[in-house]
Amino acid sequence: MSTEPKSIRQFIRPKTVNHSVFWQIAEDIPPRLNTVLTITSIALPFLIWWAVSSFAQIDAKFLPSPSQVIEAFGRLWNSGELQKDTIASLWRVGVGALFVALFSIPVGILMGSFASIRALLEPIFGLVRYMPAPAFIPLLILYLGIGEEPKIMLIFIGVFFFNSLMVMDTVKFVPKELIESTYILGGNKASALFQVIVPYVIPGILDACRINLAAAWQLVIVSELIAATEGLGRRISVAGRFLRTDEIFVGLIVIGVIGLSFDLFFQAMIRFSCKWASQKR
Amino acid sequence: MYMQINNLYKSFPTRSGELIVLKDINMSIEQGEYICAVGASGSGKSTLLRQIAGLDRPTSGEVRIDGQLITAPGHDRGMIFQHYTLYPWMSVLENAEFGLKLLGVPKKIRREQASYYLSVVGLTSFAQALPKQLSGGMKQRVAIARALASEPKVLLMDEPFGALDIHTKESMHEFMISLWQRTNITIFMITHDVEEAVFLANRIYALGSSPGTVRKEIKIELPERNFAVKRHQIFHDYRDELMELLREHGREATN
Ligand SMILES: Nc1ncnc2c1ncn2[C@@H]1O[C@H](COP(=O)(O)OP(=O)(O)OP(=O)(O)O)[C@@H](O)[C@H]1O
Ligand SMILES: [Mg+2]
Repeated sequence: MSTEPKSIRQFIRPKTVNHSVFWQIAEDIPPRLNTVLTITSIALPFLIWWAVSSFAQIDAKFLPSPSQVIEAFGRLWNSGELQKDTIASLWRVGVGALFVALFSIPVGILMGSFASIRALLEPIFGLVRYMPAPAFIPLLILYLGIGEEPKIMLIFIGVFFFNSLMVMDTVKFVPKELIESTYILGGNKASALFQVIVPYVIPGILDACRINLAAAWQLVIVSELIAATEGLGRRISVAGRFLRTDEIFVGLIVIGVIGLSFDLFFQAMIRFSCKWASQKR
Repeated sequence: MYMQINNLYKSFPTRSGELIVLKDINMSIEQGEYICAVGASGSGKSTLLRQIAGLDRPTSGEVRIDGQLITAPGHDRGMIFQHYTLYPWMSVLENAEFGLKLLGVPKKIRREQASYYLSVVGLTSFAQALPKQLSGGMKQRVAIARALASEPKVLLMDEPFGALDIHTKESMHEFMISLWQRTNITIFMITHDVEEAVFLANRIYALGSSPGTVRKEIKIELPERNFAVKRHQIFHDYRDELMELLREHGREATN
């Protein structure tokens, strides 16, 4: 051979991991940086909004300033409309979500536990899940009229199938050996289901409900397109029709804040009720 | 005979036909024995234990304990799995008493029993801890306490110490010997660790692979059961004999 035998080392181009606090994969950042970034996350968009609306000479019909939105908030609050709208929307989401939880949690647990139930329901659930809930509106009006029923049913249709399938997935993650140990310790199928599977999946179910509650909030706006007289979604569409952009902003912000509080509430509930499931000691 | 395995066959259907995993297994075990079944990975050890536990039914043949045909899992057999199987939301004490709870034992009595077996495995001070706060060896000890609490006829163990480091393993061996001597329980343990088997068992079944068969039964007679015995010539002889047996079978399986 004309060339020297080469060592593999000549071809190796090692990568270096440089130390950076910000760009750390799978590591926590220092608590102070965390606080700063959290505040920035909320404050920066507000600041940009405030700066753009006050210095860029934009028509308030197009982009109201924060102070105009606060003013609109005060107006809607003092007339009592905002409270009425919020309660109406909360009620719909609440009742809808309650029905979803009531049906999808048992159904999901059964689907996850029994391959037979899974085979029976998964195909149809998988199909219906891809039908957009708003597309059911004409049917819902036809079947249920224009009262509260079609609105709640819309939320139900939009969330039930997703939540059932997500609950089913958490049940599928229960280690088989935990169930088999239960049988060996003297338990039957009912004990495996109620004393092992159910407690094991509670954190997962709460998390699935937390995620799907966000979807329920999305649908409340859509549901209020069905002949609603009050509701945050209704408020936004009416405001849109009369070009009251500031009221649109009020509606959006209130929906966002309520949704976020639900999310934080669920997170806290998971943290406190299921200490065993948290990663940290 | 206390526990009997008669002409047990187990095969699984696969795409390329039946896969015979266990072929004509015969074993008979007396009360109070410590049996180890040693075999290479894939020789069907876990499969055999699942048939004894009743988690799976043999294709043909039978398992009997105290004369009774095994058809389903039950509390007359305690089982320690290869992987940790504590219930993560229960405290150590709740884990230990869970079997008794399932069997309908009143709370006060099962608490006492579970606490006693926690003291047997040396974990009284961890009664209120959650499983995730325990080390691997401690978890297996809780699993042992949980299995023992309902006073099973046989304790089945599937490579229970496979995931432990050598020092923890040794202390678990010491613990198993003293447990066995104190309680006189019948133990059927599976392992691929030859030294572990020789040290613990009073009788060893050496399993051959593909399909799993009993190749040889070796009675172990050691002068004493402590770590000093590992330096004895007789310990080495047993170990070498077993190693040789398993090696032969490994060669057969690859040929
Ligand atoms: N449910 C099953 N279906 C098909 N094949 C199986 C099944 N269970 C086990 N086997 C096969 O049986 C053989 C023995 O498996 P088993 O788990 O009993 O081995 P093992 O001796 O316990 O191995 P290890 O020491 O690695 O735990 C393997 O080849 C495996 O593929
Ligand atoms: Mg195995």
